[in-house]
Amino acid sequence: MTDTSLLPDQTADAIAPRRRGARLTAMLHRRESLRGYLFMSPTLAIMAVGIVAPFILLLTMSTWTRQGFDFDTTPTFANYLRVWSEPIFGALMQRSFWISGVATVATVLVCYPMAYFVAFHVHKHKMLWLILMTLPFWTSYLLRVFAWKVILGYEGVINSGFLALGWIEEPLKVLLYSQTAVIITLAHAWAAFAILPLYVSLEKIDRSLLEAATDLGDGPVRRFFRITLPLSMPGVIAASFLIFIPTTGDYITPALLGGPNGQMIGNFIQLQFGPVNNWPMGATLSIVLMLWIAAIGLAFLYLTRVARKRLA
Amino acid sequence: MSDRGTYIERPNRPLQVYAAIFLIVLYVPILFIPLFSFNDSIYVSFPLTGFTTKWYSELWSREPLWNALWNSVKVGAVVSVICTILGVIAARAITRYRMPGKSALVTFLMMPLVIPGIIFGVALLVLLSRAGVPLSLYTVGLGHLIVCLPFAVATLLPRFEGFDPSMEEASADLGENGWFTFWRVTFPMVFPGVVASLLLTFTISFDEFIMAFFLTGTDPTLPMYIWGQLRFPQQFPSVLAMSSLILFASFVLVFIAQWIGRMGLEKK
Repeated sequence: MTDTSLLPDQTADAIAPRRRGARLTAMLHRRESLRGYLFMSPTLAIMAVGIVAPFILLLTMSTWTRQGFDFDTTPTFANYLRVWSEPIFGALMQRSFWISGVATVATVLVCYPMAYFVAFHVHKHKMLWLILMTLPFWTSYLLRVFAWKVILGYEGVINSGFLALGWIEEPLKVLLYSQTAVIITLAHAWAAFAILPLYVSLEKIDRSLLEAATDLGDGPVRRFFRITLPLSMPGVIAASFLIFIPTTGDYITPALLGGPNGQMIGNFIQLQFGPVNNWPMGATLSIVLMLWIAAIGLAFLYLTRVARKRLA
Repeated sequence: MSDRGTYIERPNRPLQVYAAIFLIVLYVPILFIPLFSFNDSIYVSFPLTGFTTKWYSELWSREPLWNALWNSVKVGAVVSVICTILGVIAARAITRYRMPGKSALVTFLMMPLVIPGIIFGVALLVLLSRAGVPLSLYTVGLGHLIVCLPFAVATLLPRFEGFDPSMEEASADLGENGWFTFWRVTFPMVFPGVVASLLLTFTISFDEFIMAFFLTGTDPTLPMYIWGQLRFPQQFPSVLAMSSLILFASFVLVFIAQWIGRMGLEKK
C-alpha cells in the first residue's frame, strides 16, 4: 500500500524544484489531493464493486422481462407500466410508507421525553443511562422481533395477562398478525436510532436561553414550545430519517408479525426474487422504492428548510 | 452543570416515572430470551412450566448450531478487520488532504445508511448471479462489507478530526519515515477509535440478516440458521440458550467498547 502511494510523490518531488511560485503551490495542492484520492481508492473501489455496479445492473434488469426460466433482455418499460397500472403495487407501496411513517412518528414521540429526561434531568452517570438505553439494540434483531411474537401472540403475555386479570373475556386476535403488531415492534426495535440524535440535539441547547425565557415570564409549557422544541428540531429530523428509511424496506418484522394485512414492499420484493421467480419485476420494485424514498426524503428536507426560513 | 439553572433542571417526578416505564418496556422483550432458555418446554409460550438447564447442556451436541455460529464469527472477524483498515485509510485521507469533491465522496461513502438493506441485498444478488459467482460465505462477507463500511468511517472520522496534524509533522521532522510515523504517532492516537470500529462492525455483521438472506449459499450464518429454526420447536430452546449466551457476551463487549471508546475522549 505505502509503496504504491509513495510513487506519485517521488515523481512530483523530482519535478517540483523546476517550478516556482504559483505553479509550485498549485502543484503541491494537486499532489495533496492526488494523495488523498490514492488513500481513498481501496475504499472507493469496494464501494464501486458493491454499490455502483450492482445498481447499474439492477437498473438494467428492471427493463428486462421474464421469459420462462430465463430473461428477455430487450429493453422495455413493461415492468414499470405494470407497477404504475396495477393497483396492488401502489397499495403495497402506500401501506409500507404508512406503516413505517406511523412507526417513525410513534418512536420519535415516545423517545423524545426519554431523551429530554437524560439531557436535562440526569446529572450524574449520563453515560451509563445512554449505554442502558442503547444496550438492547446490540442483541439479535431477529430474536427481538420474535420476542414480540411471544408477547402479542394468541397465548402471549398480554392476552394471558389480561385474561388472568379478567379485563377481557377471550384472547384479542388483533394483536398479532396485524399492522399494529408491525408498528409496535418496529418502534421498539428502532428506539435507539431516535434516542441518540434527540439526546444530542437537546444536550446542545444553551441552558441560558431557557433561563432567559423563564425570567421573561414564560411558564414551563410555553418555554418548551417556544425554545426547547424548535431548537431540538434537527434531532427530530435526523431521527425521523434514520428510522423511516430502513423500516420502509424491512423484511423480518412484517414477515413474522404482519400477517396478510401487514405485509410490506420488502416482503413483495423478496417474493419476486424467491418463490415467484420474477427477478426483473423485483428489480423494478427496488428501483421504484428507492425513487419514492428519495422523493419523500427530498420533500421532507425542502419542507424543513421552508419552515426554518419562516421561523428565522 | 447542576449548579446552573436549577429551577429548570429540578427533579421532575412524572418524567422519572416515564423513564422507569420506558426502560422496563425496552428490556422486557429482550429478557424473554434468557427466561425461556431456562423453561422446561419446547414451546415458547406462557405459563412457564418449570426450570431446567438441559437446553444448555444439550447445546454441545447441536453441531449445525455451532457451525452457524462459527460461520458468523469468521465472517464478522474478516469483515470488521477489512472495514476498519479501509476506514482508517479513508478517514485519514478525508481529514488530512484537501480534495475537490470531498464532501460528495463522504456522502457516497455514507449512502448505505440511507438506502434500505433489502435493495443492496437484491442488487448484489443480481450482480453476483450475472457474473456467475456462486453464493458462499465470501458473498455474505462482501455484502456485510458494504453495510459496515459507513459505520467504520463514521466511528473513525471524529478520532482523526480530533487530533493535531502537527504531531505527525513533528515526527516527520524528527526523521521518522511515513510508515513509522503512522505506527508510532498516528495509530496510538486513534487506537480507541480503531477498537470501537472493530467491535461495532463485528456486531453489525454478526447480527446482519437481510444481506445474508439473499447472499448465503449452503453455509448459513447464525441469523440465517435461527431464521430456519423458528418453525421447528424441538430445536428452538437450544437456539434460545445459545442466544442468551451471545446476549451476555455482547453486553460485556458493548461495555468494553464504550469504555475504550470514551477513554481517550474524556481525558481532554
